[in-house]
Amino acid sequence: MKTLHKLSLTAAVAAIAAGTFAVADMPQEADQPTVTPRAMADALHLVMDSDRAVYTRKIVNRLAAKDKVISASEHYDDDKALVLPAQMFRYGAEMVAERAQDKPDVNFSYSLQSLWPVNKQNAPRTDAEKTGLQYVADNKGDNYYAVETLGDTKYFTAVYADVAVAPVCVSCHNEHKDSPKRDFEIGDVMGGVVIRIPMEG
Amino acid sequence: MATRNYPRLWALWIASTLLGIVILAKVLANGEDKRLFMPGPLSHGHHQIALACNACHVDAFGGGEVMEGACEHCHGEQREKPLDSHPKAKFRDPRNADRLTALNVLRCVTCHVEHQPELLKGAGYTQPVDFCFHCHQDIGDNRPTHAGLGFETCNSAGCHNFHHNRALYEDWLLRHQDEPDLLPVAERGLPARDFADVLDQLMDYPRKAYPPQPLALADADAPPAARGDAIDRDWLETSHAAAGVNCSACHQPTDAPGEPGAWIDRPDHSACAGCHGAEVDGFTRGLHGMRLAAAVGEAAKHPLAPMTPADARLPMQPDARHAALTCTSCHGAHRFDTASASVDACLGCHADEHSLAYVGSPHHRLWQQEQAGERPAGSGVSCASCHMPRVDFEANDWLERILVQHNQSATLRPNEKMIRPACQHCHGLGFSIDALADPALIANNFRGRPSVHIESIDMAKANEARAQAELQAELEAN
Repeated sequence: MKTLHKLSLTAAVAAIAAGTFAVADMPQEADQPTVTPRAMADALHLVMDSDRAVYTRKIVNRLAAKDKVISASEHYDDDKALVLPAQMFRYGAEMVAERAQDKPDVNFSYSLQSLWPVNKQNAPRTDAEKTGLQYVADNKGDNYYAVETLGDTKYFTAVYADVAVAPVCVSCHNEHKDSPKRDFEIGDVMGGVVIRIPMEG
Repeated sequence: MATRNYPRLWALWIASTLLGIVILAKVLANGEDKRLFMPGPLSHGHHQIALACNACHVDAFGGGEVMEGACEHCHGEQREKPLDSHPKAKFRDPRNADRLTALNVLRCVTCHVEHQPELLKGAGYTQPVDFCFHCHQDIGDNRPTHAGLGFETCNSAGCHNFHHNRALYEDWLLRHQDEPDLLPVAERGLPARDFADVLDQLMDYPRKAYPPQPLALADADAPPAARGDAIDRDWLETSHAAAGVNCSACHQPTDAPGEPGAWIDRPDHSACAGCHGAEVDGFTRGLHGMRLAAAVGEAAKHPLAPMTPADARLPMQPDARHAALTCTSCHGAHRFDTASASVDACLGCHADEHSLAYVGSPHHRLWQQEQAGERPAGSGVSCASCHMPRVDFEANDWLERILVQHNQSATLRPNEKMIRPACQHCHGLGFSIDALADPALIANNFRGRPSVHIESIDMAKANEARAQAELQAELEAN
């Protein structure tokens, strides 16, 4: 494996996982290459997964399923509803991609995919995605790591299981007309989060 | 003999070439009109700003990214969700690297090539129409209704658009599947304008200088030389005086609150923007006012003169050829009659078949009846009802108001963009889709019924029935 942007990894993890350092006070140690791509991906996933779990449980599940004061809808704008947890996740990923354009040192991407996607565009496309999604579905609790080349760039790619954390996850997917699988249960692996970090070379 | 003249001929050739280079360089560097260098005619949507090359070619030495920034400067809002179903953000993920090789949708110019009208495949796009194949080649597997359909038919009228599908997405089709051609009377009509009702919630409104309280003639603060009976009457009888907008608000615009600027006899659109910024923004994004957009003005050697009918490519009334298009061209200074601006102003210039057919059309009759007080407000159909529709507008984080969209291009092409902000105020979705897919019906200004039928809703219903049958079968099996 070639040398990674360890400086950028350190900065990214520091900014995203901790997010409390002021640049002016940044100690010299912050520039030391101490974070591996796997650790960075794991840290990023921890933040993503926790944020989405909170949104799913504390917002959607509570307000839509329990208190029934608002609905959650794929067409949230027309329906004046909450965005779905998966949409919240994707919009965050798109915003990161947009904002990261101006920050080449903080470069990573992530997406939510599934072997049973409601939107077929979210099915795995690359070999690493196909293998990784199957692996995390078959080996619950384990992550999948690989290196792949897409276009002219080599990436460290990590795949994490995406688990149904609330009843709304299950009911929405089981009842959606475009869902190819309708027997999900709470705790099932419904898909996976794919995180990519570009490597030099 | 001939050989003795070679040096002179060479000298003449070199001098001519140098002179030509100097002249061209001077035009390129300092010329106001650089169309000499234009590689081909501009499209319908950009020819108005042909004198402002730099509006798009921001940097002579910049690459595609620079040009891309210029596209987004004017069209960026249209490329955001929920207006755009294929925003760029979808494609930045590295997993789409192979797709971008086949069709780089991150670049506007991939599909919207300028200066080469011979490449146009439709309304402003130059990409072969079967480009959907690159990502959706297996659509027939997921949508049996689409099996066997050619990819050149995807963006047929009433089916799909790459960017704007707000009236065409499947659940919207299903939600409105059973609507009649004409909605019940109680459900018809345009949303009422509400600007006067929300003034107190608009951050930029100059309420301190001009409190929204009715003014009397004695309050008018114009200098005597600028006053006149007609002007006084027009102002006093209309909404500006009623809303506390004094003469100085428009004629003495200023950046310093409480300090009126110098008197301007004929304020331009920037004065209107002091209160009607969103309307002016729309105006300067559309074909009428784009020459007055700040980005265009900064790019041109000199600020461009307003658009005139003489510069238009559509048929225009001969006697209106030189009417300069500003806010007051349509609204009329001091009177600001929105009814007149909604029909009379349009027909004063436009003389194409569709425009000429409006008078006497069913829509026009409704308009006349509304104006005569025989029908309620919002029940008539003016030119503006469809081409400058009243849309929901997020004025700020807490306020959504009704905005008259003054960018008439925003809903014009593809014309399905007009369905939700215009047609569906009175008509069912299916009728609207069919009507806008019928060129003859559009030309005669909707005198009659659609002669074509688009199967979008039929396909959505078939897919829904299939999905529900599958779901029911699975439930019974379990």
